[in-house]
Amino acid sequence: MFLLRKTFYMALGAKVLSLVHFIGGIVSLGLQAVVLIPARPLGGGRIFEQAKKVGVDSLPIVALVSFFIGVILALQTAYIMQKMSSEIYIASIVAVSLTRELGPVITALIVAGRSGAGITAELGTMAVTEQVDALVTLGSNPIKYLVVPRFLSMTFMLPILTLFANAIGIFGGYLIGVYHLSIRSSLYMNMTFGTLVYKDLFTGLVKTIVFGMIIALVACYEGLNVRGGAEGVGKATTMSVVNTFIMIIAADCFFTALFYFFVK
Amino acid sequence: MAMIELINVSKNLGGKQVLDHMGLTVEEGETKVIIGRSGVGKSVTLKHIVRLLEPDEGNVRVEGRDVLALHGRELNELHMEIGLVFQGGALFDSLTVGENVGFILREHMNMAQSEIDKRVKESLALVGLYDVELYMPADLSGGMKKRVALARAICTRPKIILYDEPTTGVDPITADAINQLIDELHDKLKVTSIVVTHDMRSAYKVADRIAMLYEGKIIAEGTPDEIRYSHNPYVHQFITGAAHGPITDGQNSVSTNAG
Repeated sequence: MFLLRKTFYMALGAKVLSLVHFIGGIVSLGLQAVVLIPARPLGGGRIFEQAKKVGVDSLPIVALVSFFIGVILALQTAYIMQKMSSEIYIASIVAVSLTRELGPVITALIVAGRSGAGITAELGTMAVTEQVDALVTLGSNPIKYLVVPRFLSMTFMLPILTLFANAIGIFGGYLIGVYHLSIRSSLYMNMTFGTLVYKDLFTGLVKTIVFGMIIALVACYEGLNVRGGAEGVGKATTMSVVNTFIMIIAADCFFTALFYFFVK
Repeated sequence: MAMIELINVSKNLGGKQVLDHMGLTVEEGETKVIIGRSGVGKSVTLKHIVRLLEPDEGNVRVEGRDVLALHGRELNELHMEIGLVFQGGALFDSLTVGENVGFILREHMNMAQSEIDKRVKESLALVGLYDVELYMPADLSGGMKKRVALARAICTRPKIILYDEPTTGVDPITADAINQLIDELHDKLKVTSIVVTHDMRSAYKVADRIAMLYEGKIIAEGTPDEIRYSHNPYVHQFITGAAHGPITDGQNSVSTNAG
């Protein structure tokens, strides 16, 4: 029994240590990236290229999913609201749910699965084929050359993508509200934008900036620390997606609580 | 003054003592070949010279400068003076051959694009490649990748070139062409070189001196002929490629003379 308990505590201790090591690594990478942003060469071309990969190329899938989320949200809300003859509030519920919560989180999860995994696989392959070492020997700092463009583009593009997702999701809800539930178009629009306040948009967008940082840093950290060839790249990519998902949900919970209690 | 010095360098990687108070000196203009079995620490030795790895103990000096004391701009300057040719080429997949070769010029030197293009062409011509600037690395054969990697390493006209297994994974004819290229670059650019290999044909062809690394130490060093006719049983087993002998039998008494 004593041995079993000892083994349990040792395993728990190892897990806690590895978690501290992981968080420390992410924070350290983030600080280095921020410090290196103004270092020359600035690498505007690389930032632009990454912004296109993360933002423009993700737009179709983000649009598709957020449209469906808007439709689903309207239909599910209608199920309850029709019973209370309050269909009119569907517009407000769809708008507020999307801008405060679902838009930012769903967009972040899509981008983490799509672009975050891609970043880890790319950087991981570069690490195992010695391309990262080659960068160093060619006088370039891998954090400046590889991490900074991805960090900046992810941090700037995720809020923009989220704005698109919010608008398209609201449009999905609008189609259900107007064409299925026969709510007048002008009334639906009034109920959507009349309910939304600046704070709803602000809290949602603040979250996405943090989500963008998390996706970029976890993806780069996992990629740059790959060991062990193709198998290592596969494992790191999986870990990158899993860890990013967990961190996004945890950060979402933290910010939701923070805004609920402190931002009135 | 020696161009490169590793003084009492020790390095433990993942619990294995890869280098154990290892010493190595390379004189200016010399081509030194380091031979030894796979996993013995040859590539680790090269990585210490460009500070991709830092020793647990000991010192690394390049042109008298303590490599471990260099930071920022000074370390970048060191990297500009040393070209490292990686075993697999380590070409950047997302860049064309021309962009790979001219990488350091574009990123760190204030040169006009036309000047960069000219230097890239010259560097590719030095390794016998023409009109390949627009190819992607994935479109090249193994031998061509090695040549492009070499062109990238010499693009800044470095004083030192480090070759990590330059002939591994290529056919014998390409291997011989690469050996010839190493010799030609040595003559044309007057560089100091270290070639890490376990290919003895290559070693005899390009070396001014050969050093054998075994169990973290240089156990023998001499001219190609001294190594070829060495009585050291470890060296003898390695250069003849015998399956049985002191290296594989795990004997520990190691002579330190090439003899």
